[in-house]
Amino acid sequence: MAENFQITEEMQALVGWESAPWDFEVTATSVRAFARGVGYTDLVYYDVEAAKAAGYRDLPAPPSYLGTAIFIPGRSDEYLPFPPGYSPPLDHGLLGLLDGGTETEYFEDICAGDTLTCVNKLASLATKESKGLGTMLIMGTEAAYTNQNGKVAAIQRSQVILY
Amino acid sequence: MAITWEAINEGDLIPELKKCPGVTQLVKYAAGSGDFNPLHHDYNFPQSKAIGSIIVHGRFKYAVIGECVSNWLDHAGRIKKMSCQYRGMDFPDQEITCKGTVVRKFEENGEKLVELSVWTENPEGKNTTPGLVVAAFK
Repeated sequence: MAENFQITEEMQALVGWESAPWDFEVTATSVRAFARGVGYTDLVYYDVEAAKAAGYRDLPAPPSYLGTAIFIPGRSDEYLPFPPGYSPPLDHGLLGLLDGGTETEYFEDICAGDTLTCVNKLASLATKESKGLGTMLIMGTEAAYTNQNGKVAAIQRSQVILY
Repeated sequence: MAITWEAINEGDLIPELKKCPGVTQLVKYAAGSGDFNPLHHDYNFPQSKAIGSIIVHGRFKYAVIGECVSNWLDHAGRIKKMSCQYRGMDFPDQEITCKGTVVRKFEENGEKLVELSVWTENPEGKNTTPGLVVAAFK
């Protein structure tokens, strides 16, 4: 918790920062694991024949699937589903973290077998006062996922609350 | 029979989806999403102790909204945009009810679209995850 947290000029200067691109493989196994985690019972997320019968190329990624993990030991965050170098190098010193909100815009179907190239951008920084948590830093990020055909398949905007 | 855009009216409610995720379901979600923040499975984690419990992943609720709308669409349409805000915490072994209503039916750039207001309610009926979905029909 921070009583007098302020956004410094150094932090503000990072707005617009973009991560290095990384490849994000959409696999049948990860689609099934995600669907199981949510508790989907619709077979299109598990069975390729059911997916094809419903008009998909392969197992479709469920809405909200994007954001699943790329983990590289020693380089990724130990707990959070972010690949190395995903998060803006903000020196904010805040330890508490809450998810504020998520928006995903889809432009192309995303199915198992696709390889998406992702770039994460620091879109905005703001502070907000909370009675319980003190001054909170609200970080807005925008991750663009481009598919193997060079088309932007989705953009995911996230709001991260640090306190 | 699958739903059609023509048959949808503004004000229509979509079927509710109820979930009651216990610790095991949250662990499955952690594995499926790769989000192993201990706040969602470890009661001894300092943030869990401070709150008094582990809490359901916000993104789990986002995914439940996606499942609820996908079930309603039944592959006759696809989600173009989906957003939500995590306004309140939900706790394991408590029922989460996802609800939605059609707020707008329109055509744009030759696409047949609907906009839905969607949200999840806790057992007290409090909206903890308000959201919006835009879906396109074939």
